[in-house]
Amino acid sequence: MTGTARVKRGMAEMLKGGVIMDVVTPEQAKIAEDAGAVAVMALERVPADIRAQGGVARMSDPDMIDGIIDAVSIPVMAKARIGHFAEAQVLQSLGVDYVDESEVLTPADEAHHIDKWAYTVPFVCGATNLGEALRRIAEGAAMIRSKGEAGTGNVVEATRHMRQIRADLRRLTVLDEEELYAAAKELRAPVELVREVASLGKLPVVLFTAGGIATPADAAMMMQLGAEGVFVGSGIFKSGDPARRAEAIVKATTFHDDADVVAKVSRGLGEAIVGINLSDLPEERRYASRGW
Amino acid sequence: MSIAQPVVGVLALQGDVREHLLALAEQDVVARPVRRAEELAEVHGLVLPGGESTTMSRLLETFELLEPLRDRVAAGLPVYGSCAGMILLAQEVLDGREGQHTLGAIDMVVRRNAFGRQVDSFEADLDFAGLGSGGDAEPAPLRAVFIRAPWVESVGDRVEVLARVPEIPAAGPAAGRVVAVRQGNALATAFHPELLAADGRDGRVHELFVRTVREA
Repeated sequence: MTGTARVKRGMAEMLKGGVIMDVVTPEQAKIAEDAGAVAVMALERVPADIRAQGGVARMSDPDMIDGIIDAVSIPVMAKARIGHFAEAQVLQSLGVDYVDESEVLTPADEAHHIDKWAYTVPFVCGATNLGEALRRIAEGAAMIRSKGEAGTGNVVEATRHMRQIRADLRRLTVLDEEELYAAAKELRAPVELVREVASLGKLPVVLFTAGGIATPADAAMMMQLGAEGVFVGSGIFKSGDPARRAEAIVKATTFHDDADVVAKVSRGLGEAIVGINLSDLPEERRYASRGW
Repeated sequence: MSIAQPVVGVLALQGDVREHLLALAEQDVVARPVRRAEELAEVHGLVLPGGESTTMSRLLETFELLEPLRDRVAAGLPVYGSCAGMILLAQEVLDGREGQHTLGAIDMVVRRNAFGRQVDSFEADLDFAGLGSGGDAEPAPLRAVFIRAPWVESVGDRVEVLARVPEIPAAGPAAGRVVAVRQGNALATAFHPELLAADGRDGRVHELFVRTVREA
């Protein structure tokens, strides 16, 4: 049997403790693999460039995705627009290992996300809080990541999402049966799923962080806030020495609770991505509010 | 000599460490993550988890665990590897990354991602030798979860084959492939028993490994 929930969720379990890196060329994919990435995200433009250039951001060219699949032996992920089920069908037919239904691309549907149960390929989706995470899981997402604010090199939003999800989870664990019904209503999520999460004390799928991670210390902070792994987008290939920074972030993710290691790998990395302050980013240009 | 409550480590550089720790905790052992040479020195057995074998290989090298681990394995430390862990235990890897390290604990050649990409990942029931509790009854089949899994391409004389992909038409070119092996104190599966064991569904493979640890 292929495409079972156990196989899809299990794939994400194998990525835990690892770093997934955005790449736009086969050469970058090789650098990521050599640095110890557990997977790469194949993109035409990294989020920082999508922001800078504007326009509609779509699924990548299949030739470009094929080139990256051929270049590396680690899993390859790719992004589809929110609600764009035909892009997701194409990505599945290309043989990508995970589809990211991503707010970084321009949404294709303002009311509906993709019915992710209908696919053999697993999906990862972004969430800013527990309710959003559970709605995505109810639609079939096999992995959740924070939304952060991609392409900014600023972790403040990812921090907010990780803290929010963690606080929401903790709160559920102390509710009694009657209160869980009210909580489900409040979270706008199915009560069965809410009950499952309340008894587990964690999501039933793997939780990664994403959005604005630029340094080894950023990765270490996110892991200590409860992330089970890290997506790094523009932070690596928009920095001065991508190979070195990529490897440093991999090491800091594994030894996230050992400040001596994080200190050691943080030395001599060259320039980080310049970054954007969120106060300089008008509401309509923020990605975290995309998705419903 | 039998150890009453052995310490069993799980290599915790990357992968599904938590699931193996939970599965081991069910077997009345002290289960601990291992990331440093000092931690490795304290264990009576070690699990190499599922994950990305190229990442683990890289981190073993940079955090100077590769040589200490090779030494302990050569000295007979009981080890069990699932999926990426199986690749690490092999003598030789096909379709690996250039310079990928292995421990050579089992005389076998494994092919990485042999079943295909994630869309080809699957679960199936297998007959697995040695899971019985010693009675006459045939042991129940084992539910095996294969995720971008390797298979064993060939084995040496001293390797015992414990499980193969069933010879059914649905298995296609994978039919009959070797997916679980043992040599001395080293055990390896191409699939992930820990995903079911962590849920308390079927802990027999971890039970088998812990038996080896206790008897070593």
